[in-house]
Amino acid sequence: MNPELRALYQEMILDHGRRPRHFGVPEHYTHKMEAFNPLCGDRLTLYATLEDGNVKAVQFEGQGCAISMASASMMCEEVEGKACADARTLYEHFQQLVTGQRGAEDIGRLEILAGVRHFPSRVKCATLAWHSLDHMLRGDSTPVSTE
Amino acid sequence: MTAHQPVFDVEALRRQFPILHQEVHGRPLIYLDNAATTQKPQAVIDAIDRYYAHDNANVHRGVHSLSERATAAMEQARESVRSFLNAGEVAEVIFTRGTTEAINLVAHGFAREVLRPGDEVLITALEHHANIVPWQQACAASGATLKVADIDDNGEVVLADFEAKLSERTRIAAFAHVSNALGTINPIEKMIALARAAGAAVLIDGAQAVAHTPVDVQALDCDFYALSGHKLYGPTGIGVLYGRHEWLERLPVYQTGGDMIREVSFDKSVFAPLPHKFEAGTPHIAGVIGLGAAIEWLRGVDWPALIAHEDRLLARATERAAGLPGMTIVGRAQRKAGVLSFMLDGVHPHDIGTFLDFEGIAIRAGHHCAMPVMTRFNVPATARASFAAYNTLAEVDRLFEALDSVRRTFA
Repeated sequence: MNPELRALYQEMILDHGRRPRHFGVPEHYTHKMEAFNPLCGDRLTLYATLEDGNVKAVQFEGQGCAISMASASMMCEEVEGKACADARTLYEHFQQLVTGQRGAEDIGRLEILAGVRHFPSRVKCATLAWHSLDHMLRGDSTPVSTE
Repeated sequence: MTAHQPVFDVEALRRQFPILHQEVHGRPLIYLDNAATTQKPQAVIDAIDRYYAHDNANVHRGVHSLSERATAAMEQARESVRSFLNAGEVAEVIFTRGTTEAINLVAHGFAREVLRPGDEVLITALEHHANIVPWQQACAASGATLKVADIDDNGEVVLADFEAKLSERTRIAAFAHVSNALGTINPIEKMIALARAAGAAVLIDGAQAVAHTPVDVQALDCDFYALSGHKLYGPTGIGVLYGRHEWLERLPVYQTGGDMIREVSFDKSVFAPLPHKFEAGTPHIAGVIGLGAAIEWLRGVDWPALIAHEDRLLARATERAAGLPGMTIVGRAQRKAGVLSFMLDGVHPHDIGTFLDFEGIAIRAGHHCAMPVMTRFNVPATARASFAAYNTLAEVDRLFEALDSVRRTFA
């Protein structure tokens, strides 16, 4: 397989794409945010319990490509338990990572999604869940649309 | 085999398309996104090049030689279109930016001149957004109601439903000749007859059809037929609205300005006769000339052989799809042209598209500007391989080898 393509579809991404973690509608949540990518039809809904300035729990459900599902799955793993402020910083770093404006420092294993920077048409797939998180943390209640 | 199979020299045809002879990610390009846009033969590229290099001038007004040459070339292209569609007269051939603008022109005219509260417009469930949204707008502006004829699980229009949804209040029925998302060839002869029997005008969205099947607007007895140059081996930004003369006289002007007037004062303006009434402003002259060249080029192609060739491509693809585990074809109409829309279990269409690109294969992934079709089949998107005259059986086989590799990677 071509190296760039292999970098985009690493085994961990394929694995999260096939079996997303934090997937499904939780019984209890304090915040809900819908996101839609009209270009490709990807849809997801993010559910979170935000308490005392912390992301106490976060889950999502929806459908989309391997990149968007893996990115949402890994995002939930990374931000659950973090302070809201830290989650927002991570959002900003991730956004800069996949648009090629920043290296992979301080980003941990999310680094494996950096390959998407070579695929401009796929950046929106990787950032859909993150935009939802950002809206949620900023208290913006308008649904996310990547256009 | 006893039936005569016309010989189609696909290699000779391919040599006329310079763009096909390149590598993408180190692999020979296999272009299977023809329903989005077709590639252009050298004859079309040369015609546009020649126009800009030798004849460029504004049309319909200059007295100098270049303007006369440009005008003659443009009007010759209009005659080519007339003949291609077998329209009765050149005045019935309106140049537009494409199918979308052609449909908007008619929908706008109907909203202003024809539709009244309580009237109805009938479309079908397999339309492209370009044949949905203009009618929604026309209905909203006029108080008319939009009706939608159902399609079945194979992606065929349910004729009984189409008939049932026609009424004495139906002012126009607008439907695709060929579905861009599913490939369905609609039984437009029957649909036109039903609509006319109900007293409705008929508009055919021919964007997806004209490169794959001959069209005779007089034999069809439709009132409007819309097409795009770029899906017909011609340039982007140019299209055609064929309109029956009486309808074009009746419909009000669309855009106004230069070129579409006979006389202007500050009190009022007198509009130009057809076809110029609907062609405001300096037209896309190079586009018109390129479209004319595309049509002349297509005239040199053996059509029965071309249709047989494209049918073989689709038949091979359909047969190989049946042998690929996890593959589902979306759209299984009895009569189809040029389109294989599909799903692969466990792999999103966009991942298929990115993966195939690295094999040099261009396909489309998404909703194909037909979101209601996706909703009907309960899929967020499909992958779509679409064929043109220059595709080969070997390319179809390469597509399926690559799809098998996609399937194994994502399994």
